[in-house]
Amino acid sequence: MATQAIAVSAPRPLTLGYYARIFRKETQYEFVRMLRTRAFSLSVIGFPVMFYLLFGTSNRHNMFARYLMPSYSCMGVVSACLFGIGMGIALERAQGWLELKQASPMPRFAYLAAKTISCAAFALVIVAILVTMGVTLGGVTLTVGEAFRLALVVLAGSIPFTAMGLLIALLVPPNAGPGVINLIYLPMSFASGFWMPVTYLPHWLRIITPALPTYHLAQIALHIFGYAQSGSMLVHWEALAGFTLLMLGAAWIIFTRSEAKA
Amino acid sequence: MSATAVLTQTTTAWPTPLSQTRTVAKLHSVTKRYGQTTALDKFSMELRAGEVVALLGPNGAGKTTAVRLLLGLISSDFGSVRVFGRDPRDADARTRIGAMLQITRVPEMLRVREHIDLFRSYYPNPLPAAEVMRIAKLDGFANQMFGQLSGGQKQRTLFGLAVCGNPDLVFLDEPTVGMDIESRRALWDEIRALSAAGKTVLLTTHYLEEADMLAHRIVVINKGRVVCEGTPSEIKHRVSGRRIRCITQLDPEFLASLPSVTDVQQDREAVVILAEHPERVVREILVRDETLHGLEVSAAALEDAFLALTSDSNPAQA
Repeated sequence: MATQAIAVSAPRPLTLGYYARIFRKETQYEFVRMLRTRAFSLSVIGFPVMFYLLFGTSNRHNMFARYLMPSYSCMGVVSACLFGIGMGIALERAQGWLELKQASPMPRFAYLAAKTISCAAFALVIVAILVTMGVTLGGVTLTVGEAFRLALVVLAGSIPFTAMGLLIALLVPPNAGPGVINLIYLPMSFASGFWMPVTYLPHWLRIITPALPTYHLAQIALHIFGYAQSGSMLVHWEALAGFTLLMLGAAWIIFTRSEAKA
Repeated sequence: MSATAVLTQTTTAWPTPLSQTRTVAKLHSVTKRYGQTTALDKFSMELRAGEVVALLGPNGAGKTTAVRLLLGLISSDFGSVRVFGRDPRDADARTRIGAMLQITRVPEMLRVREHIDLFRSYYPNPLPAAEVMRIAKLDGFANQMFGQLSGGQKQRTLFGLAVCGNPDLVFLDEPTVGMDIESRRALWDEIRALSAAGKTVLLTTHYLEEADMLAHRIVVINKGRVVCEGTPSEIKHRVSGRRIRCITQLDPEFLASLPSVTDVQQDREAVVILAEHPERVVREILVRDETLHGLEVSAAALEDAFLALTSDSNPAQA
């Protein structure tokens, strides 16, 4: 009988294992959900791969095949985070699902961490495919160390763009989401050297380029392959860290304000 | 009571025994405004351990606002909200609470089994997955994606999420919306089983019948205020009118003069009579008008009940 099964339970102290379990399950199911949502997984993985097939392999054996590998990897992590976090949270907020999760004992941090880790995992898949294509179809030679460092940079890059996705989720109404994100993301990726080195860009664009977080991420990734503009990488790391704090701060202010109003 | 009997068997595991009189959750003189509209106006309510309370009212009465306050999802403008003696925003209190909310969409690309598995992990002491499947009757579609389910199956899954953590206090916000009669009755059985196991349940509904079938106590709410409160029989006594609809040539003024008639209204070609003792009225009008046809007698709709409860002449509105 159900009566016996749902008997009053004794409270048990919440252990580290309990939290670890929540994080693991939340991340596992978030990744599975993203993967099954084809509108997301096909476009986020498909676009960098398709563009590399078009522009990378056609420049076989010249610098572009090698250049586009890290730059499209950056594009992959930025789009995974902006669409995965920005759209994902905005939708779940609008549909009431986030509210049910907030009413549950799930720690808020687990929700955000699971989404961030899942997006970063998508970015790693993109890096793996691009490196494989670069080596096989693009005629690129690279060391294992270079590939490893590229993966690490892309992983680190998921943090600032998760923060940006979070801010977008709080600001943009969900049905306007895809349009707004594309409007931000496409010009930004073009102006940051994801498609071609920034020295090829028109002069007026190059003035605003250093203000873009994507530019700094691209420079760090390109540095591994010797295509960065001259200068210390520390500046770019600092710029990304500052950008992250700015986005998180703005998101925090907006979130607490909307909570106070609710 | 049977609930107490179950409780005494299990209290060995828990140093503080629950009793019927212990307050589990409390809203005290709570006011909540959204811009110009007042959702709750000096609203007070108590949930005692082991009871099923129905918060009954029309759409926009403030039922969902009360639930959201008790879940710590929103904060009150004035007044205090306490759950298990704590602020409901306290994370610890939430491990003992389950909730079923009105949700437009749930992530559709996860299977029912996976949703249950995930929510079970949030609670330190959850029910076994098989048990949740059995209680919420999810066995037939546990491997389907949430997006493929029918309305009733979705509601049952959400019910499964509410009980999977083995909570002591369960909030069910309009749980049977979109369900067919069979699923609705099945869910009623499960709510009774929760209550029999000593759980406290707060149920919001706009079906008088549902509140009557399930609740130990009904709180009728309208425009953010408590209209009246009591056991189902007490509430029904106050709104005990029946609705008689028929097509007749009798004069409405005559109908209004019949014993126990409280209201007579014209509805297209028919008249609608509200009466305390419909049998006496029907007997009378059948004799008086041989052409009378299209006769229907039904329970007063909740809207009628609210009109009766909230009208100025009603003694219940003190």
